[in-house]
Amino acid sequence: MKTENKMELSFLGISENEGFARVCAGAFAAQVNPTMEEIADIKTAVSEAVTNVIVHAYPGEVGKVVLRGALQEDQLVIEVEDYGCGIPDLESALQPFYTTVAGEERSGMGFTVMQTFMDQMFVSSVVGQGTKVTMVKKFQKAKK
Amino acid sequence: MQIQTAKKQKTLRLKGEIDHHTAEALRRKMDKLIGDEQPDRLILDFSEVNLMDSSGIGLILGRYKKLKKNGAELCVTNLNRQIDKVFRLAGLYQIIKKVK
Repeated sequence: MKTENKMELSFLGISENEGFARVCAGAFAAQVNPTMEEIADIKTAVSEAVTNVIVHAYPGEVGKVVLRGALQEDQLVIEVEDYGCGIPDLESALQPFYTTVAGEERSGMGFTVMQTFMDQMFVSSVVGQGTKVTMVKKFQKAKK
Repeated sequence: MQIQTAKKQKTLRLKGEIDHHTAEALRRKMDKLIGDEQPDRLILDFSEVNLMDSSGIGLILGRYKKLKKNGAELCVTNLNRQIDKVFRLAGLYQIIKKVK
């Protein structure tokens, strides 16, 4: 596939959509025949990013999540964006086991999982405006 | 005279995908089993689990603490590559034994 394929999905930030989002991302990536492991990695990272939005971005209300994908033969770029409260202390939020939600057994490992399962991850966040997580997965066949 | 008490072992076969959405129902199920059965050893069988994200880490750690409080242990088995990677990343194998 020489032409880049793109997709954009918008859905409510409710937990039912965690599975929906990762299945969509996995199906989109499958067009360039990545390995099963690569698809599992992408699904896991998308699950983390969408869960972060649902748990943190819209306190006390349900807001919008946007999932975008840009697919090339050798890589997938995924964006998960919300228009919620933003992350006041991004540096701390990126640390393993850091969580601001007490008493709900949140592990604080979301960003660490995204970083580990994908090849690159960038987070931009503005308090009161929202957060965008951008992740890149390079496919093994391209790494050879 | 020696009295030997057989350890009470329970295996719970998990199914599907473990994420923030499914974790709450699993938490209730596991806590009921731990409360009702009071096993000495609980084995979580992941053979029918396709995916687990970091919501599963909190779920597993919470059950580990509950069991430990009762003097019991938590073990896991049949993890696929993706779930194994999450376990390793979170350091869960330092406290939870993987059994065959």
